[in-house]
Amino acid sequence: MRARVFVTLKPSVFDPQGTTVTEALHTLGYGAVKDVRQGKYFELEIEAHSSDEARRLASEAADKLLANPVIESYRIEVTA
Amino acid sequence: MKFAVIVFPGSNCDHDAYHAAKHVLRQDAELIWHKDSSLKDADAVILPGGFAHGDYLRTGAIARFSPIMQAVKAFAAAGGPVLGICNGFQILLEAGLLPGAMLRNRSLHFRCEHVHVRVEQTDTPFTAAATARQILRIPIAHGEGNYYAEPDVIERLERNRQVVFRYVTASGEETDAANPNGSIHNIAGITNEARNVVGLMPHPERACELAVGSADGLVMFQSVLKALTFASATASAAVSVLEK
Repeated sequence: MRARVFVTLKPSVFDPQGTTVTEALHTLGYGAVKDVRQGKYFELEIEAHSSDEARRLASEAADKLLANPVIESYRIEVTA
Repeated sequence: MKFAVIVFPGSNCDHDAYHAAKHVLRQDAELIWHKDSSLKDADAVILPGGFAHGDYLRTGAIARFSPIMQAVKAFAAAGGPVLGICNGFQILLEAGLLPGAMLRNRSLHFRCEHVHVRVEQTDTPFTAAATARQILRIPIAHGEGNYYAEPDVIERLERNRQVVFRYVTASGEETDAANPNGSIHNIAGITNEARNVVGLMPHPERACELAVGSADGLVMFQSVLKALTFASATASAAVSVLEK
Protein backbone atom coordinates (compact mmCIF):
# COMPACT_ATOMS: atom_id res chain seq x y z
CA MET A 1 0.00 0.00 0.00
CA ARG A 2 1.04 3.56 -0.49
CA ALA A 3 0.73 6.28 2.10
CA ARG A 4 1.21 9.90 1.15
CA VAL A 5 2.29 12.12 4.02
CA PHE A 6 1.97 15.91 3.68
CA VAL A 7 3.91 17.88 6.29
CA THR A 8 3.39 21.62 6.72
CA LEU A 9 4.18 24.20 9.35
CA LYS A 10 1.35 24.57 11.86
CA PRO A 11 -1.03 27.44 11.09
CA SER A 12 0.27 29.30 14.16
CA VAL A 13 3.89 29.15 12.92
CA PHE A 14 5.13 31.86 10.55
CA ASP A 15 6.31 30.40 7.22
CA PRO A 16 8.91 32.77 5.74
CA GLN A 17 9.36 30.61 2.62
CA GLY A 18 5.63 30.45 1.92
CA THR A 19 5.35 34.21 2.39
CA THR A 20 8.18 34.80 -0.08
CA VAL A 21 6.56 32.48 -2.64
CA THR A 22 3.26 34.35 -2.19
CA GLU A 23 5.02 37.65 -2.90
CA ALA A 24 6.71 36.18 -5.98
CA LEU A 25 3.34 34.99 -7.30
CA HIS A 26 1.90 38.47 -6.75
CA THR A 27 4.80 39.89 -8.76
CA LEU A 28 3.83 37.52 -11.59
CA GLY A 29 0.30 38.92 -11.49
CA TYR A 30 -1.38 36.16 -9.49
CA GLY A 31 -3.00 38.48 -7.00
CA ALA A 32 -5.76 35.91 -6.54
CA VAL A 33 -3.32 33.70 -4.63
CA LYS A 34 -3.86 34.96 -1.12
CA ASP A 35 -1.49 32.69 0.79
CA VAL A 36 1.04 29.89 0.27
CA ARG A 37 2.19 27.41 2.89
CA GLN A 38 5.28 25.46 1.87
CA GLY A 39 5.77 21.93 3.12
CA LYS A 40 7.21 18.47 2.52
CA TYR A 41 5.70 15.48 0.76
CA PHE A 42 6.60 11.82 1.41
CA GLU A 43 5.49 8.65 -0.38
CA LEU A 44 5.72 5.54 1.79
CA GLU A 45 5.42 2.04 0.30
CA ILE A 46 4.08 -0.01 3.19
CA GLU A 47 3.51 -3.74 3.62
CA ALA A 48 0.18 -3.84 5.39
CA HIS A 49 -2.99 -5.95 5.38
CA SER A 50 -5.41 -3.06 5.55
CA SER A 51 -5.52 0.62 4.85
CA ASP A 52 -6.10 1.21 8.57
CA GLU A 53 -2.86 -0.59 9.39
CA ALA A 54 -0.98 1.37 6.71
CA ARG A 55 -2.41 4.61 8.04
CA ARG A 56 -1.43 3.72 11.60
CA LEU A 57 2.17 2.93 10.55
CA ALA A 58 2.44 6.12 8.47
CA SER A 59 1.09 8.11 11.38
CA GLU A 60 3.70 6.64 13.74
CA ALA A 61 6.45 7.41 11.21
CA ALA A 62 5.21 10.99 10.93
CA ASP A 63 5.02 11.42 14.72
CA LYS A 64 8.47 9.98 15.33
CA LEU A 65 10.43 11.29 12.37
CA LEU A 66 8.82 12.85 9.31
CA ALA A 67 7.32 15.82 11.16
CA ASN A 68 8.60 17.84 14.10
CA PRO A 69 5.54 18.20 16.34
CA VAL A 70 6.87 21.47 17.79
CA ILE A 71 6.41 23.32 14.50
CA GLU A 72 4.75 20.98 12.00
CA SER A 73 1.50 19.11 11.46
CA TYR A 74 0.74 16.44 8.86
CA ARG A 75 -2.03 14.84 6.81
CA ILE A 76 -2.05 11.25 5.48
CA GLU A 77 -3.71 9.73 2.41
CA VAL A 78 -3.64 5.94 1.95
CA THR A 79 -4.19 4.21 -1.41
CA ALA A 80 -3.97 0.54 -2.36
CA MET B 1 39.77 18.14 32.28
CA LYS B 2 38.80 16.44 29.02
CA PHE B 3 36.46 17.63 26.25
CA ALA B 4 34.76 15.24 23.83
CA VAL B 5 33.94 16.82 20.47
CA ILE B 6 31.45 14.72 18.52
CA VAL B 7 32.07 14.38 14.78
CA PHE B 8 29.02 13.71 12.60
CA PRO B 9 29.27 13.23 8.83
CA GLY B 10 28.94 16.86 7.75
CA SER B 11 30.27 18.48 10.93
CA ASN B 12 32.58 21.32 9.93
CA CYS B 13 33.34 23.17 13.16
CA ASP B 14 34.60 20.10 15.02
CA HIS B 15 38.25 21.07 14.58
CA ASP B 16 37.56 24.65 15.65
CA ALA B 17 36.05 23.38 18.91
CA TYR B 18 38.91 20.91 19.35
CA HIS B 19 41.45 23.69 18.74
CA ALA B 20 39.77 26.00 21.25
CA ALA B 21 39.75 23.31 23.95
CA LYS B 22 43.13 21.75 23.24
CA HIS B 23 45.36 24.60 22.05
CA VAL B 24 43.78 27.74 23.47
CA LEU B 25 42.39 26.47 26.78
CA ARG B 26 45.19 23.85 26.92
CA GLN B 27 43.00 21.03 28.16
CA ASP B 28 42.71 17.46 26.95
CA ALA B 29 40.31 17.01 24.02
CA GLU B 30 39.29 14.18 21.74
CA LEU B 31 37.30 14.01 18.52
CA ILE B 32 34.74 11.21 18.77
CA TRP B 33 33.09 9.72 15.67
CA HIS B 34 29.30 9.59 15.77
CA LYS B 35 29.28 5.80 15.39
CA ASP B 36 31.23 5.34 18.61
CA SER B 37 29.19 4.51 21.67
CA SER B 38 31.56 5.80 24.36
CA LEU B 39 32.46 9.35 25.39
CA LYS B 40 35.83 8.01 26.59
CA ASP B 41 35.83 9.51 30.08
CA ALA B 42 35.20 13.05 28.90
CA ASP B 43 34.19 15.67 31.48
CA ALA B 44 32.32 17.84 28.98
CA VAL B 45 30.76 17.20 25.58
CA ILE B 46 30.54 19.54 22.60
CA LEU B 47 28.21 18.97 19.65
CA PRO B 48 29.84 21.18 17.01
CA GLY B 49 28.47 23.19 14.13
CA GLY B 50 28.13 22.06 10.54
CA PHE B 51 25.54 20.20 8.50
CA ALA B 52 25.28 16.80 10.17
CA HIS B 53 23.94 14.20 7.72
CA GLY B 54 23.55 16.98 5.15
CA ASP B 55 20.70 18.51 7.18
CA TYR B 56 18.48 15.96 5.40
CA LEU B 57 14.81 16.02 6.44
CA ARG B 58 15.39 18.80 9.02
CA THR B 59 18.52 20.21 10.64
CA GLY B 60 19.64 17.74 13.32
CA ALA B 61 16.79 15.33 12.59
CA ILE B 62 18.99 12.40 11.50
CA ALA B 63 21.94 13.08 13.83
CA ARG B 64 19.83 12.25 16.84
CA PHE B 65 19.84 8.60 15.70
CA SER B 66 23.66 8.37 15.69
CA PRO B 67 24.88 5.74 18.19
CA ILE B 68 26.91 8.29 20.18
CA MET B 69 23.72 10.21 21.00
CA GLN B 70 22.67 7.48 23.44
CA ALA B 71 25.87 8.14 25.38
CA VAL B 72 25.34 11.91 25.14
CA LYS B 73 21.80 11.54 26.49
CA ALA B 74 22.98 9.38 29.39
CA PHE B 75 25.82 11.84 30.11
CA ALA B 76 23.37 14.77 30.11
CA ALA B 77 20.89 12.87 32.32
CA ALA B 78 23.69 12.29 34.84
CA GLY B 79 24.33 16.06 34.98
CA GLY B 80 27.36 16.20 32.66
CA PRO B 81 27.92 19.50 30.85
CA VAL B 82 26.83 19.38 27.19
CA LEU B 83 27.23 22.28 24.77
CA GLY B 84 25.54 22.38 21.36
CA ILE B 85 26.86 25.02 18.99
CA CYS B 86 24.79 26.01 15.92
CA ASN B 87 24.04 22.66 14.23
CA GLY B 88 24.86 21.08 17.60
CA PHE B 89 22.07 23.20 19.13
CA GLN B 90 19.72 22.04 16.37
CA ILE B 91 20.63 18.42 17.17
CA LEU B 92 19.91 18.98 20.89
CA LEU B 93 16.47 20.35 19.95
CA GLU B 94 15.66 17.38 17.70
CA ALA B 95 16.96 14.95 20.33
CA GLY B 96 14.65 16.50 22.91
CA LEU B 97 17.50 17.53 25.21
CA LEU B 98 16.39 21.15 24.83
CA PRO B 99 12.87 22.44 24.10
CA GLY B 100 11.75 24.18 20.90
CA ALA B 101 12.65 24.05 17.21
CA MET B 102 14.38 26.07 14.51
CA LEU B 103 12.67 27.75 11.58
CA ARG B 104 14.27 29.26 8.50
CA ASN B 105 15.73 32.71 9.18
CA ARG B 106 13.10 35.41 8.84
CA SER B 107 15.10 36.95 5.96
CA LEU B 108 15.56 33.53 4.28
CA HIS B 109 19.24 34.49 4.03
CA PHE B 110 22.12 32.44 5.38
CA ARG B 111 23.57 34.96 7.84
CA CYS B 112 27.33 34.86 8.31
CA GLU B 113 28.63 37.77 10.40
CA HIS B 114 29.70 38.85 13.86
CA VAL B 115 26.82 39.64 16.22
CA HIS B 116 26.52 40.73 19.83
CA VAL B 117 24.92 38.50 22.43
CA ARG B 118 24.26 39.28 26.07
CA VAL B 119 24.94 36.68 28.74
CA GLU B 120 21.62 36.41 30.60
CA GLN B 121 22.53 33.67 33.08
CA THR B 122 25.85 32.86 34.72
CA ASP B 123 24.73 29.76 36.63
CA THR B 124 25.38 27.28 33.81
CA PRO B 125 28.65 25.40 33.29
CA PHE B 126 29.24 27.34 30.06
CA THR B 127 28.71 30.84 31.46
CA ALA B 128 30.09 30.47 35.01
CA ALA B 129 33.18 32.58 34.24
CA ALA B 130 31.21 35.35 32.51
CA THR B 131 29.88 38.41 34.28
CA ALA B 132 26.13 39.01 34.41
CA ARG B 133 24.92 40.83 31.30
CA GLN B 134 28.36 40.60 29.70
CA ILE B 135 28.21 41.32 25.98
CA LEU B 136 30.07 38.94 23.69
CA ARG B 137 30.94 39.69 20.08
CA ILE B 138 30.95 36.33 18.31
CA PRO B 139 30.07 35.13 14.81
CA ILE B 140 26.94 33.43 13.55
CA ALA B 141 26.72 31.30 10.39
CA HIS B 142 23.31 29.75 9.83
CA GLY B 143 20.23 29.62 7.64
CA GLU B 144 17.93 28.10 10.25
CA GLY B 145 18.44 29.85 13.56
CA ASN B 146 14.99 31.33 14.00
CA TYR B 147 14.20 29.88 17.42
CA TYR B 148 10.57 28.91 17.94
CA ALA B 149 8.58 27.32 20.75
CA GLU B 150 4.91 27.47 21.74
CA PRO B 151 4.02 30.53 23.86
CA ASP B 152 3.64 28.46 27.04
CA VAL B 153 7.12 26.98 26.51
CA ILE B 154 8.61 30.44 25.99
CA GLU B 155 6.86 31.66 29.12
CA ARG B 156 8.31 28.73 31.10
CA LEU B 157 11.81 29.31 29.70
CA GLU B 158 11.68 32.95 30.78
CA ARG B 159 10.21 32.16 34.20
CA ASN B 160 12.88 29.49 34.89
CA ARG B 161 15.69 31.80 33.63
CA GLN B 162 16.55 29.28 30.90
CA VAL B 163 17.32 31.90 28.24
CA VAL B 164 21.13 32.08 28.47
CA PHE B 165 21.97 34.35 25.51
CA ARG B 166 20.04 37.07 23.68
CA TYR B 167 20.91 38.98 20.50
CA VAL B 168 21.53 42.63 21.38
CA THR B 169 23.14 45.75 19.93
CA ALA B 170 26.80 46.53 20.68
CA SER B 171 25.60 48.57 23.66
CA GLY B 172 23.41 45.76 24.95
CA GLU B 173 19.95 46.81 23.80
CA GLU B 174 17.55 44.08 22.81
CA THR B 175 16.18 45.44 19.51
CA ASP B 176 14.57 43.88 16.46
CA ALA B 177 17.43 45.15 14.28
CA ALA B 178 19.92 43.27 16.47
CA ASN B 179 18.00 40.03 15.91
CA PRO B 180 19.64 38.34 12.89
CA ASN B 181 17.09 35.58 12.32
CA GLY B 182 13.72 36.42 13.86
CA SER B 183 14.09 34.33 17.03
CA ILE B 184 11.34 34.85 19.61
CA HIS B 185 12.47 37.25 22.38
CA ASN B 186 15.86 37.62 20.59
CA ILE B 187 16.80 34.19 21.95
CA ALA B 188 20.30 33.11 20.88
CA GLY B 189 20.83 30.32 23.39
CA ILE B 190 19.01 28.37 26.08
CA THR B 191 19.62 25.80 28.79
CA ASN B 192 17.58 22.86 30.11
CA GLU B 193 15.83 22.86 33.49
CA ALA B 194 18.80 21.11 35.12
CA ARG B 195 21.02 23.85 33.61
CA ASN B 196 23.78 21.44 32.45
CA VAL B 197 22.83 21.35 28.74
CA VAL B 198 23.31 24.59 26.79
CA GLY B 199 22.66 25.29 23.11
CA LEU B 200 23.37 28.46 21.16
CA MET B 201 23.43 29.48 17.50
CA PRO B 202 26.53 31.77 17.62
CA HIS B 203 29.98 30.17 17.41
CA PRO B 204 32.12 30.85 20.53
CA GLU B 205 34.76 28.39 19.28
CA ARG B 206 35.39 30.67 16.30
CA ALA B 207 36.09 33.60 18.61
CA CYS B 208 38.74 32.35 21.02
CA GLU B 209 41.78 34.24 19.75
CA LEU B 210 42.29 37.90 18.84
CA ALA B 211 44.00 36.73 15.64
CA VAL B 212 40.57 35.75 14.29
CA GLY B 213 38.91 39.03 15.25
CA SER B 214 37.49 38.30 18.70
CA ALA B 215 38.37 36.28 21.77
CA ASP B 216 35.01 36.84 23.45
CA GLY B 217 33.97 33.21 23.01
CA LEU B 218 36.80 31.86 25.14
CA VAL B 219 34.91 32.70 28.33
CA MET B 220 32.52 29.82 27.58
CA PHE B 221 35.40 27.33 27.55
CA GLN B 222 36.93 28.92 30.66
CA SER B 223 33.52 28.64 32.28
CA VAL B 224 33.29 24.87 31.99
CA LEU B 225 36.83 24.54 33.31
CA LYS B 226 35.91 26.75 36.27
CA ALA B 227 32.60 24.94 36.88
CA LEU B 228 34.21 21.49 36.81
CA THR B 229 37.20 22.51 38.93
CA PHE B 230 34.83 23.97 41.51
CA ALA B 231 32.63 20.85 41.40
CA SER B 232 35.62 18.54 41.84
CA ALA B 233 37.05 20.70 44.68
CA THR B 234 33.66 20.58 46.42
CA ALA B 235 33.49 16.81 45.90
CA SER B 236 37.00 16.22 47.33
CA ALA B 237 36.18 18.48 50.28
CA ALA B 238 33.03 16.42 50.89
CA VAL B 239 35.02 13.19 50.65
CA SER B 240 37.68 14.45 53.09
CA VAL B 241 34.96 15.51 55.55
CA LEU B 242 33.42 12.03 55.27
CA GLU B 243 36.80 10.36 55.76
CA LYS B 244 37.30 12.29 58.99
